[in-house]
Amino acid sequence: MTALGIAAAVKSGERTALDVLDEHLARISQRDTEIGAFNLVLADEARTAAREVDAAVSRGDAVGPLAGVPVALKDNLCTRGVPTTCSSRMLEGWRPPYDATVVQRLRSAGAVIVGKTNLDEFAMGSSTENSAFGPTRNPHDTDRVPGGSSGGSAAAVAAGFAPLALGSDTGGSVRQPAALCGVVGLKPTYGAVSRYGLVAFASSLDQIGPMASNVADAAACFEAISGHDPLDSTSIDGARDPVVAGLGQGVNGLRVGLVAELCAGSARLQEADGLDGVSAVEGVAADVIGRVDAAAAALEAAGAAVTVVSVPSAVLGLSAYYLIAPAEASSNLARYDGVRYGLRVDAANAAEMNVSSRTAGFGAEVKRRIMLGTYALSAGYYDAFYAKTLRVRTLMLRECAAAYAGVDVLLGPTAPTTAFELGAKTADPLLMYLNDVCTIPSNLTGHPAVSVPFGCGDDGLPVGVQLMGPALSEPVLLRAAAVLEKAAPPDGNAP
Amino acid sequence: MSRAVPGREPAVPEDWELVVGLEVHVELSTATKLFCGCANRFGDEPNTNVCPVCLGLPGSLPVANAEAVDCAMRLGRALGCEVRGAVFARKNYFYPDMPKDYQISQYDQPTNTDGCLELPDGHTVGIERAHIEEDTGKTTHIGGGGRIHDADYALVDYNRAGVPLVEIVSRPDIRTAEQARAYVRELRAILLAIGVSDARMEEGSMRVDANVSVRPTGSDELRTRCEIKNLSSLRALGRAIVYEAQRHVDLWSGGERPRQETRHWDEANGRTTPGRSKEDADDYRYFQDPDLVPLAPAAETVAAIDAALPPLPAARRADLAADGGGAVSAEDAALLVERGQDDLVRAAIAAGADPGVAATRVANDLAVEDWAPVTPEGLAALVAMETSGRLTATQSKQVLAEMAEGGGFPDAIAERRGFQAMAGDDLAAAVDQVISENAEAWSRFCAGDEAERKKLAGFLTGQVMRATRGQADGAAVNRLLGERAGS
Amino acid sequence: MSPAERAPADRRRAYPSDVSGRITRDEAAHVARLARLRFSDEELDELAAQLSAVLDHAADVEALDVTDIAPTSHPHPLVNVTRADEVRPSLDRDEVLAQAPSVDDGQFRVPPILGEAP
Ligand SMILES: [Mg+2]
Ligand SMILES: [Zn+2]
Repeated sequence: MTALGIAAAVKSGERTALDVLDEHLARISQRDTEIGAFNLVLADEARTAAREVDAAVSRGDAVGPLAGVPVALKDNLCTRGVPTTCSSRMLEGWRPPYDATVVQRLRSAGAVIVGKTNLDEFAMGSSTENSAFGPTRNPHDTDRVPGGSSGGSAAAVAAGFAPLALGSDTGGSVRQPAALCGVVGLKPTYGAVSRYGLVAFASSLDQIGPMASNVADAAACFEAISGHDPLDSTSIDGARDPVVAGLGQGVNGLRVGLVAELCAGSARLQEADGLDGVSAVEGVAADVIGRVDAAAAALEAAGAAVTVVSVPSAVLGLSAYYLIAPAEASSNLARYDGVRYGLRVDAANAAEMNVSSRTAGFGAEVKRRIMLGTYALSAGYYDAFYAKTLRVRTLMLRECAAAYAGVDVLLGPTAPTTAFELGAKTADPLLMYLNDVCTIPSNLTGHPAVSVPFGCGDDGLPVGVQLMGPALSEPVLLRAAAVLEKAAPPDGNAP
Repeated sequence: MSRAVPGREPAVPEDWELVVGLEVHVELSTATKLFCGCANRFGDEPNTNVCPVCLGLPGSLPVANAEAVDCAMRLGRALGCEVRGAVFARKNYFYPDMPKDYQISQYDQPTNTDGCLELPDGHTVGIERAHIEEDTGKTTHIGGGGRIHDADYALVDYNRAGVPLVEIVSRPDIRTAEQARAYVRELRAILLAIGVSDARMEEGSMRVDANVSVRPTGSDELRTRCEIKNLSSLRALGRAIVYEAQRHVDLWSGGERPRQETRHWDEANGRTTPGRSKEDADDYRYFQDPDLVPLAPAAETVAAIDAALPPLPAARRADLAADGGGAVSAEDAALLVERGQDDLVRAAIAAGADPGVAATRVANDLAVEDWAPVTPEGLAALVAMETSGRLTATQSKQVLAEMAEGGGFPDAIAERRGFQAMAGDDLAAAVDQVISENAEAWSRFCAGDEAERKKLAGFLTGQVMRATRGQADGAAVNRLLGERAGS
Repeated sequence: MSPAERAPADRRRAYPSDVSGRITRDEAAHVARLARLRFSDEELDELAAQLSAVLDHAADVEALDVTDIAPTSHPHPLVNVTRADEVRPSLDRDEVLAQAPSVDDGQFRVPPILGEAP
């Protein structure tokens, strides 16, 4: 049952929120030992919340658009009095004294928080294998990763543990796991959703986004969590276009640009003119490109005009990202020093205590990125790396602006491949980083992007295609995503 | 080595020149902290004015306090700075009193740049920048007799963490310890005049660090400088600068060079002691704070700040001097402006008061918290009574004190107290009476040398004062004694 | 021919197995000190190699001439976002201190602090 279906049934009294919740809790207890989507299931708290929704319905009180909908939260979103670990030993047992803004908004929309989901430690990773509490497995094939870093949230939705989940996307961490788990994942415009209460990874890139089994649910969740928040200086003020209301309007006349740099091997590129010298990212699998071409055809069939466009700096995204994100992370993660909260490993003096606590509390990937970021910011390297990447962002924004003069949305793959096997890429950090090569540009530009399932790869595992648009174009992106959803081949491999 | 020039405090040798720049941290007196809504209040129970933001809890985000930004811009304009677009940057270093292990400050794009501050003596000190930053928490070292290095453990209170500061960085334009003190006093007067800080050095709301170096007089080189911290009074500031300069002179003269380092002022022993070495520790990895957006004050905003700035101390001193027609001493003028009493004195002068007497009377005898009941007309009347000889200086002071307590107009007070300066024949009679009653002292007075005469004049005047119960004017008595001795 | 195949050699994405070693063990150790992390020598060597590989990959950014392009730190050009100077409730001290590893006398307790704040 979809989130919107649940909300309608609960509002009409056809079903109770408690009944809906228990059904999901039952599914979790049945299968989550195998999947490992949750760090923490909040059965008691959720039952209390569900009963409150039911009481409100029976009193005839107004209930929110997500009344009685179980929602899973990535465990880097602060929940008052409830452990928020970021899947790190460093924060094990930490109970924040406040709720993230998105959590407050979900609660007031009537949603029922069902648990906290697993992630790559501090959201650093693309497979959810970097969790201090063990990996999450892909519900479609438990030998494979769910993607990351929001792998727990993606798996929870794919396994039917919750119709909705929130993830966070810094370089693709909502969209890539959504693609690998066959669900919808939206990375909103930077500033569209408040970051207050999201444990920071890279502040200028982080954005919270919804994950759902279908486009309408993702849109409804986005509407519930987005909007200006005075607690986040980077939050965008002003009125927004409605999203859910326009979902059925189709794509007739929509101009779609297939991004040449992300689609090496596409049949459309070979037919297009003027693309000599275009350099594309390597490693995007042919079967994935095939699904992107099929999506382009589906959009055309629905009345869109598809052309090939070039965004040359897209190939620089990965490099820029792996300088900016660790730099910001190295500063954001300095506060884990053993003084005020979290892990402390005692030592003879305060500085040694910092070192011992951080060395024991952080996993290998987090340490690697702190090291990389510290190096990139340190004296003598700032200009060569960090300062330069900020200029690359400008370049990308310019090129995107040029592209959006000719098209309304861009199309490309979400992830280079379908879900890979656990352990396949853990030995080589660079190989792992390449998972984000198609999703990173949208984080650098702050533009919204959505991954929508569009059939399967040669191995029968889900493939996601990505729609990208200019700032605040979520209504258009989700409208196009809804068209693809309708045109997608039936899922032969439901988990 | 050349001899030290005599002065108020030992100065550096003549052939060496002092080069001092000051970094002054000022706590802004806003209602809330710089990036959160916690109260900016001194003296509360530890860790009671804290929230996710100022504790640096994971997930929390800063939002700049509009009033703090406004205060900083006001201060910038008062210092003649250019106020421009600014960005907040992170200064990364680990310390337990810093909740995020980075300080939000301003780096390459500060709010205020390129100003200057004119000292009362006319010397001008350049202001390089005045930037906004957040304060740290407070650490208390426990055990080991309070010495940091022997402490058993430390306790941290974050009530002060996130309090808004402006750091004012001067150019190295200060050449004497006296100028350094004058700079701080002048800065304090400006801060009080524009109402952005209570600027109390003792309470730490104004904290001064001094960068000190020396060079051969006449050269324009910049030699190794040491940063002296922990200067919590004007006296400490002056002494520390002189001590440090002499230490540098001694080192250079002995063929050594000072190490570039942070040093601490040890008030008890009157010396500086080495702190942290500056060699390679200062890799703060500054970068623009991505959680905050730039400040971009519109030209109209700056113009409005300028229009609303009150008259500043230098201008007020000049106005007072002009009104006083040269009769108001520079010291009195500085003090009156610092205490905000210049308007009272100027109004009294306008009402006809003798400028010198009015200024001195208020500067010396109106150092009270609340002097609001004293009106310009009342002050002018009091000064007139004093200059006409109706009141002695002693009586005038007493009347002024009563006026400050709300006692009313001076003639009524004087009458109530029975004050009236003894003049003419009455005073001559009293003096003659005292001369006859103290024959021995009088003869010694007449025969004595200057010192003896001075001593005995004091004694005899005291006797006259006693006999007249303070109604005699000391200066007049002195004059009469001289006349009688000469005749 | 696909665009990737047509790309000039210097713009091709290459992930060399042999890396430049642009970060030495000593540099890695220095960075670790700044970051307050401790590593064994073997870990430092491995990190130095991994970081070198990432930096090699970033050589395209490093080589780019973007001097006449202004930096973008925020995708959205917001300015002057401030809040009114109004007191908001602070947290309950007991709730805050309950999360701390060590507490004494209403304060956060830490081992002796040897160095001074910069
Ligand atoms: Mg400072
Ligand atoms: Zn606070």
